[in-house]
Amino acid sequence: MTASPTRTRTRLRGAASLLASTDHKVIGLLYLALGSLYFLIGGLEALVMRVQLAAPGNAVLTGETYNAFFTLHGTTMIFLAVMPMLLGFSNYLLPLQIGARDMAFPRLNAFGFWITALGGLLLYLSLLEGPPSAGWFAYAPLSERPFSMSLGTDFWAAALIFMGTGSTLTAINLIVTTLRYRAPGMGLWMMPMFSWMAFVNSVIIVFAMPALNAALVMLEVDRALGGHNFAHGGSALLWQHYFWFFGHPEVYIMILPAWGLISEVIPVYARKPIFGYEFVAGSTLAIAVLSFAVYAHHMFAVGLSRPVNLAFAASTMLIAIPTGIKVLNWVATLWRGSIRFETPMLYALAFLVQFTLGGVTGVSFAVLPIDWQVTDTYYVVAHFHYVLMGGTLFALLSGLHHYYPKMTGRLLGDTLGKAAFWLITLGFNGVFLVQHALGLMGMPRRVYTYPDLPGWGALNRVSTVSAFVMGAGLVLVLVNLVVSRQLGRVAGDNPWRAWTLEWATSSPPPAGNFTRLPPVKSRRPLWDLAHPEDPDHRRPARHDRTHGHIRPEEQEHPR
Amino acid sequence: MSAPAAVPVLQPASPLAAPITHLTVFTLALGLAVFLAVTGATLYFSWKYRHRGARSEPPQLFGNARDEVIWMVLAALLLTLLFALAWWTMNRADPHTGQDGRPDLIVTGHQWYWEASYPRGSNPEGQGVARTANEIHIPAGRRMLVQLQSADVIHDLWVPQLGRKLDAVPGQNGRLWLQADRPGRYLGACAEFCGAQHAWMRFTVIAEPEASYRAWLARQARPAAAATGPAAQGAALLVREGCGECHTVRGLGTHGTVGPDLTHFASRATFAGGALRRTPAQVRSWLQDPQRAKPGTRMPRYPLTQEQLTQLTTYLETLK
Ligand code: HEM
Ligand SMILES: [Cu+2]
Repeated sequence: MTASPTRTRTRLRGAASLLASTDHKVIGLLYLALGSLYFLIGGLEALVMRVQLAAPGNAVLTGETYNAFFTLHGTTMIFLAVMPMLLGFSNYLLPLQIGARDMAFPRLNAFGFWITALGGLLLYLSLLEGPPSAGWFAYAPLSERPFSMSLGTDFWAAALIFMGTGSTLTAINLIVTTLRYRAPGMGLWMMPMFSWMAFVNSVIIVFAMPALNAALVMLEVDRALGGHNFAHGGSALLWQHYFWFFGHPEVYIMILPAWGLISEVIPVYARKPIFGYEFVAGSTLAIAVLSFAVYAHHMFAVGLSRPVNLAFAASTMLIAIPTGIKVLNWVATLWRGSIRFETPMLYALAFLVQFTLGGVTGVSFAVLPIDWQVTDTYYVVAHFHYVLMGGTLFALLSGLHHYYPKMTGRLLGDTLGKAAFWLITLGFNGVFLVQHALGLMGMPRRVYTYPDLPGWGALNRVSTVSAFVMGAGLVLVLVNLVVSRQLGRVAGDNPWRAWTLEWATSSPPPAGNFTRLPPVKSRRPLWDLAHPEDPDHRRPARHDRTHGHIRPEEQEHPR
Repeated sequence: MSAPAAVPVLQPASPLAAPITHLTVFTLALGLAVFLAVTGATLYFSWKYRHRGARSEPPQLFGNARDEVIWMVLAALLLTLLFALAWWTMNRADPHTGQDGRPDLIVTGHQWYWEASYPRGSNPEGQGVARTANEIHIPAGRRMLVQLQSADVIHDLWVPQLGRKLDAVPGQNGRLWLQADRPGRYLGACAEFCGAQHAWMRFTVIAEPEASYRAWLARQARPAAAATGPAAQGAALLVREGCGECHTVRGLGTHGTVGPDLTHFASRATFAGGALRRTPAQVRSWLQDPQRAKPGTRMPRYPLTQEQLTQLTTYLETLK
């Protein structure tokens, strides 16, 4: 097949317009593509690490190389895979969900994306100078000149400053868009749950990322100008305070939009509104505030004084309440529903189970003496992969399968999608479930190899083999994404019969998003459109039997 | 001695570790119950309310404020219980150390080995200073006050069977208690990522009956015995090659503090942070090329002839 010159030219022009676009949907997709690319890179890094750990005393990687691998893996997954994918969904969905034509500042939006992409490039350019190897939280003084001589650490810091700036700008944009561009009739408290979470998330970003950037500049003052902030007479712990003041909110930055996606998916496939909207939304606000008040639970082993430790243990336990409320409301949304096991729903159900396990181990760290034993072991590695991968990544996959038809106009292949789901779920749990045990067996994290103690080799082997199973599943997802683009069934505007505004427009939506907006009188405008006899806004806000507008079969305690 | 514990976090050997183990078991059981309840409800509802072909929508339930309040109160009660237990346990697992008591033992983290020194007067006989590395002896049943410090980056002292871990932070003196109920060898490791060889910063705490502990300490406090025969040539070589820049051999007049004290090197079973066993062959290959045995280690490679290697190895083996 030879492309004619004119066709080549139109293709090039198409690519150029893509790169110059300020449309929030294009930028959203660019974010998703960037995130997927780096997820692939970070995933390959993980597989190499798993090969090294497959047997005690393996010598695939030396210590220094392994350290570079996990530093790049952690940094990549957090800042270049998960955050861009979440911001991609925020960018793509938020204006559609609130009935806006675009983001408030389209050019700023493009700038935020490109500066993030540049940061990613910078991180990997460090390979030319010797990659960073001080871990993604780069504890001083290990990250200081005498112990990390290569310029890689400086590239790493610069990359994070770029990405931090990009996400801060995007967050500001999302906040302004939410506050100023909602469709007529849509109060803040009426927004679809994803938009609500993306909005609150942006507020966290605006307070957290600049803290990281400031700390990174201080680190560079030490490294490049011979300053004394965190070493040479400065305080090593100061870095940890600054870093985790960003780092803990960061954890919530990586889960809030994922919760938003889950809160969209579960109701649609259970055919019910989300249970307790006010509580799911309100608990998000509580978490936003508390996320800045729990950070020192990452520092329980540094030897803080008893009262400080106790205060942070208490705040950490407190934050478990709003988190638990969300889980219970998702489960309650299933109750008396009519559940369809489409692929997005499968991922959402797996999310529920896995995220709960991650939450339970999280609470065990808040029980402070337990943290003294198992922090910095494989128990922690298991915990944060259950929330980040079993939670966030599964939510992203759920959202991807749910919104792919909206983004492309075609449905993803069902058989392939379900096969991939089972491989990923099996693989994921195989990798990380056993790591809880490894932690209790005394295996520290971030070790490039380990002694041949009873059981260690076998459990690590299970972990490594499962990683490849999961990898195979992820490859299937990728194949599905590519193949369905051409071969998928045509989706139509609203294949899942969902109720929020993004499903009111064509798939994919046109420039400017909507030709006509339906009236917005409740949280589910498309339900109201489909059920003129029973619209949401004529129902009482909450279900109870003393108010009207409740069909007899909906009574919780039939009289 | 007995084989190492398979799941050390759950097999405490110290009154400081036991309360943490009990709390861990309790919390994990409670967590498992919560997890099973949520998972059970998820699976049960998914099955019970699966779509069975009905064309109409199910009842549209929007929530129930009373249920939400009940959940929150229940969660708060559970967490309050855990908080109280955590506090109670902290006081038992990490009793107050005070700021001025004289430590029985000073442990220093180095990239990548642990130094243990027993200050003069810290032991009943009041012998001179004893310094050793990676194998820390304590008397079984006696509570030792440890001062924890770092010579370079942050490390973390962790012996799961004996209790809490604590960071060794440069510029800061940590304090904690170390105690073992019964004689035994307890595996420990550095638990804070500290650079290239963090994996081989392992150590062993050896608890022994009071009498043998004292005897051990008395031996460790003595200077190295004078070397004779081929070992003497090794000793001379050690001084001439400059090993003393980093290593101390008391009795030989070298005073380096960068590397481990070698005065009683041959009394230890492993070296290099657990990376190698102290056999003549492994000692020899270490001396030949430390960078190959433990890449990144702070010990440089010396160009030594085979004969010199034999002499040094022989000498080191005499340092009982
Ligand atoms: C392909 C699946 C994955 C595998 C097999 C995997 C495996 C690993 C391994 C072996 C480590 C090093 C553990 C250590 O020695 O401390 C690690 C660390 C880490 N992983 Fe993953 N991982 C995967 C996916 C993810 C995802 C999706 C995320 C985030 C969303 C993530 C975030 C992290 C973080 C934050 C760390 C800590 C990095 C650090 O210690 O600096 N991983 N992972
Ligand atoms: Cu260390």
